Amino acid sequence: MPESTTSLLQVTGLKKYFPVRSGLFSRVSAWVKAVDDVSFHLGQGETLGLVGESGCGKTTVGRSLLRLMEPTAGSVTFEGKNVLTLSAKELRQTRRRMQIIFQDPYSSLNPRMTIGSIVSEPLKIHQIAKGQDLQDRVNQLFIRVGLRPEHQSRYPHEFSGGQRQRVGIARALALNPKFIVCDEAVSALDVSIQAQILNLLRDLQKEFHLSYLFITHDLNVVQYLADRIAVMYVGKFAEVAPAEDLFASPKHPYTQALLSANPVPDPTAPPKRIILPGDVPSPLHPPAGCRFHPRCPEVMDVCKTVEPKLTQIGPPEKGHQVWCHLYP
Amino acid sequence: MAKIGVDAGLLSDAVIGSSRDNRSTMWNFIVRNVAQRLILLVIVSFVAHSFIHLAPGEPSEVDPMNPRMKPEDIAKIRAAFHLDEPLYVQYAYWIRDLATGELKSFKDSQPVLPKIWDRFLNSLPLFILATILVWTWAFPTGIYGAVFRGGMYDRGTVLLSYALISVPGFFLSYLAILWVVGWFGVPVISIKTFGMEHAELPYKIMDRVWHLVIPSIMAAIGGIAILSRYVRSQMLEVLGQDYVRTARAKGLTEDAVIYGHALGNALLPFVTMFGLLLPGLIGGSVIFEQIFAWPGLGRLGYEAILSRDFPIIMTLNFIAAVLTLLGTLISDILYAVVDPRIRLH
Repeated sequence: MPESTTSLLQVTGLKKYFPVRSGLFSRVSAWVKAVDDVSFHLGQGETLGLVGESGCGKTTVGRSLLRLMEPTAGSVTFEGKNVLTLSAKELRQTRRRMQIIFQDPYSSLNPRMTIGSIVSEPLKIHQIAKGQDLQDRVNQLFIRVGLRPEHQSRYPHEFSGGQRQRVGIARALALNPKFIVCDEAVSALDVSIQAQILNLLRDLQKEFHLSYLFITHDLNVVQYLADRIAVMYVGKFAEVAPAEDLFASPKHPYTQALLSANPVPDPTAPPKRIILPGDVPSPLHPPAGCRFHPRCPEVMDVCKTVEPKLTQIGPPEKGHQVWCHLYP
Repeated sequence: MAKIGVDAGLLSDAVIGSSRDNRSTMWNFIVRNVAQRLILLVIVSFVAHSFIHLAPGEPSEVDPMNPRMKPEDIAKIRAAFHLDEPLYVQYAYWIRDLATGELKSFKDSQPVLPKIWDRFLNSLPLFILATILVWTWAFPTGIYGAVFRGGMYDRGTVLLSYALISVPGFFLSYLAILWVVGWFGVPVISIKTFGMEHAELPYKIMDRVWHLVIPSIMAAIGGIAILSRYVRSQMLEVLGQDYVRTARAKGLTEDAVIYGHALGNALLPFVTMFGLLLPGLIGGSVIFEQIFAWPGLGRLGYEAILSRDFPIIMTLNFIAAVLTLLGTLISDILYAVVDPRIRLH
């Protein structure tokens, strides 16, 4: 549970539309609404898990927060400042405070840089340390993430996936950030390595009082790590709830279906998987009304025309929110 | 970051230096590759020798309509050039003469090596200037186009380079000759103006420069157009890589991202091309030397082929093979130097 609930990050009405260009003069003929009006907050030291199927916009949310992609609309307030209106220079300063760990540890490290310089570069360019001080800091970071400092002069290709992801974590930690987006940070790794990295992330969170936005499609991972979980479907949130509540009593039919698809490590448990008909709709032409209605087992007439509004389940301070007409 | 605990035991471990190992691996690699390439060179030259002799026509038949060529003269010529001997014997003669420097042209009985050397010195300025033009223009053009992809500059250069790739070089060259000679009265044909030997030095230099500039530009245009396309697509690919996004996430300035992280990786494949430039010394500008009547190596080879001057053809071919093998060796070594993922074995 979060040790303090002072809000570190407040996201309001975040939208990211990608233009689809076609024709002779590359006119914009349509918009892919990858993220469509998403709002959430994140407290200090808290972990918000962001789950959803491939292509539902979770990665776009993560990258938009850091402005690795420019969001179309909305506001991202981090430590009291709106990140989306910062100048390029202020943005670079803010990157010290908010960092990201990428999914693929193989391609996200520059193959021509030693892992030592990959980790030390942020410290150098932000002029935080130099000389012996820089070396000491990098050594400490290496030790902290479980790498041997004497391997600093080696190149990324000389390491395994798990070791590389540790380099990525050391790199993200180097600037002493408050908030880290973990974008599928363990999904490229073996399960045994996943556990090591997850434990490392959890230890680091306690030690540095970090906040995580943990983007994943793996429900077991968020169950292990997240305080709260947001379920996303085709660019919108379906449900946000504290982790225990979400797993104990999912409200949204999509969440229920998603959880039922998660294998339970008990062979005698009765199969209770909810099979959803059809495919995930394209964000290019999302269905009218509730985006989930063509596949929803409990679809009503109202779902086909009216977009569901946020409903609080239980007391608002509990923070269980759902966007579904079943809960008026 | 002060909260991080330092494990002093781990820190005291010395960094293992392996530079000496690398250097000896490098030498092993070079020695083994030079040996392999020498064997290859013998095979290449023997095959080339056979091919040249398989081709129709021989020196004695170059001028068959000449009424002074009697059958006994032809027999004399054939005997003098060892053309009646078996191929491998002729090959042995060629090797012996090349090694002793006795090799002479069939056509004018001049020693082959000095002749090639003179022509080489003529070709060299053309080659160097054209290469410099290609490499200094293609890279900025391609990189800038990739960084500002889809902009006016990018679309303009893409269109222009396709146009220049499509239009044959000789056609452009003739246009250029008509233009510079007709409008500016600039001399362009051959390496210098006939009769300028006694002019004052500045005039002589300017004369040489004018003769050099137009053929170099013409020889370079196609290369610039093609290479800039490669550079652009390579740069675009690298800019889309995950580690470039990582660099942005670190809070680097856009310049540091593009020139510090992306450019180095984008240039890797071109290091290989650098070694492969060498063979261009021989065959790189046959067309342009022909158009501009430039007395260089390419033209020497062309004329030698027309007159079936076997020693010249063979020797030029041999030098081209040497340069190619040397170029690939240099490329391999350069690649291992610039790309940490490549190891020499």
